[in-house]
Amino acid sequence: MDNLKLKSESIKVYYKDFQALHGVYMNIQANRVTALIGPSGCGKSTFLRTINRLNELIAGTRTEGQIYLDDKPIYDKDLDVVELRKEIGMVFQKPSVFPMSIYENVAYGPRIHGIKKRSQLSEIVEKSLKAANLWNEVNDRLNSPAARLSGGQQQRLVIARVLAVEPQVILMDEPASALDPISTSRLEELISELKKHYTIVIVTHNMQQAARISDYTGFFLNGDLVEFNRTDELFVNPRDKRTEDYITGRFG
Amino acid sequence: MLNSNIQDRVIRGLMWLSGLLVVAILFIIIAYISLKGISAINLDFIFDLPHRAGKEGGIFSTIISTIYLTLASLIIAVPLGVGSAIHLEEYARRDSFFARLVNLAAETLAGIPSIVFGLFGFVFFVIYLNLGWSVLSGSLTMAIMILPTITRTSQEAILSVPAEYRENSLALGASKWQTISKVVLPSALPGIITGVILSIGRAIGETAALILTAGSSLGMPAGLLDPARTMSVHLYILAMEGISMERAFGTAFLIIVLIVIINYLANLSLRRMSPAGRLQ
Repeated sequence: MDNLKLKSESIKVYYKDFQALHGVYMNIQANRVTALIGPSGCGKSTFLRTINRLNELIAGTRTEGQIYLDDKPIYDKDLDVVELRKEIGMVFQKPSVFPMSIYENVAYGPRIHGIKKRSQLSEIVEKSLKAANLWNEVNDRLNSPAARLSGGQQQRLVIARVLAVEPQVILMDEPASALDPISTSRLEELISELKKHYTIVIVTHNMQQAARISDYTGFFLNGDLVEFNRTDELFVNPRDKRTEDYITGRFG
Repeated sequence: MLNSNIQDRVIRGLMWLSGLLVVAILFIIIAYISLKGISAINLDFIFDLPHRAGKEGGIFSTIISTIYLTLASLIIAVPLGVGSAIHLEEYARRDSFFARLVNLAAETLAGIPSIVFGLFGFVFFVIYLNLGWSVLSGSLTMAIMILPTITRTSQEAILSVPAEYRENSLALGASKWQTISKVVLPSALPGIITGVILSIGRAIGETAALILTAGSSLGMPAGLLDPARTMSVHLYILAMEGISMERAFGTAFLIIVLIVIINYLANLSLRRMSPAGRLQ
């Protein structure tokens, strides 16, 4: 039985004069992986970044519509964006570890949210690294620079850093695009484990990946959500001609 | 084909010669000053107070004055310079009127000769604010002089911090200031320190502006409102008034030593503080 976690209502995004999204409606279910696919520039990443209001960092961006996290409208005037981003974590395309130790990277979030006790921080760090399947590889060198880890390890460290804040939702923006095939398959395994506890929304341009790991898929084209359905339905029986063309590789 | 080959070699030779010349000039100056100055150097020269206008005794009070003035001007200029750099790079819109104004001010300040700052400091701090010839007047004047350097280098250092760091930090629920203070500034620190080192060099070498604002008293300054004579000013007076060329060279030698020590310490702290170094 699926439970609604996020509900997007008529989300429109403008970059100055350009309209990047034309009113997107989407229901995102709790403890499921929702994949957003589509060709470059279709608006899938823009939509992802409306969920944690990250588009606002770009000057000249305007968002209309509403997204509800559970019942909470996140585009409410009184909403504290900092609090929202604690609930909705994000993993970016390029793993970007801070120039600190492995430990400090994971402890960064809890620290800024007020946890000071060393024992409590260490506990969070260990738990998060374990949940990100990285603990066994790094537990003997937590104080060495995070930048020395491999790309795949860095991406899992970034995930551990997100988990340490204990979000409800994790957004992923093409998290495997900079990784080799082995690291990618480890990441996909991790995503399947994480959905037990988190709601995951992932942007990918790899359709096999979307088919492998997601429960729901949304297909974007030119700023419209063309089709949204259960992944097995969408890939086997696309209702829209454009979806069919895209997933059979006729364009994009 | 042959022609361009020859041209290539000639140019490469000329470039090599330029490099050699730079090294040679530096080496000759340091060697000459050391040769002429080292005979004046002994423990008394370093740790004794000057007597008879510097003809006798040491230069201890001028060493202390130099350190004192340099530190005081840094304490004034570093927070202001780094603060305005943070404002320009993190808060202001790049094309805003105020941002352009601050940039223009920093550029213009950097190009003004030090004697002009000295004249301003003399009229404004020494006379109008009645601070007299003092460490404070000198430091305030010097702070204005080094402010553009610190602002500019801090701006560049902050600009070179990858945008992804900021995005990742904000996405973790950090506030803007937490992101700046915990991720951006630590990453920019090596660049900021480079600006501070350049400023220290300028402060130690400054003469004209300081004669007008800090005075040239040879006494040991006890407080911020006491006059002070820095090593460079001392060197200038020793040479100009024909007091002692040998002691002028001795002072010059110690200035170079002081700058080398400061550069070394700054480099050391740079390696300690920069993320890569601290963690190795």
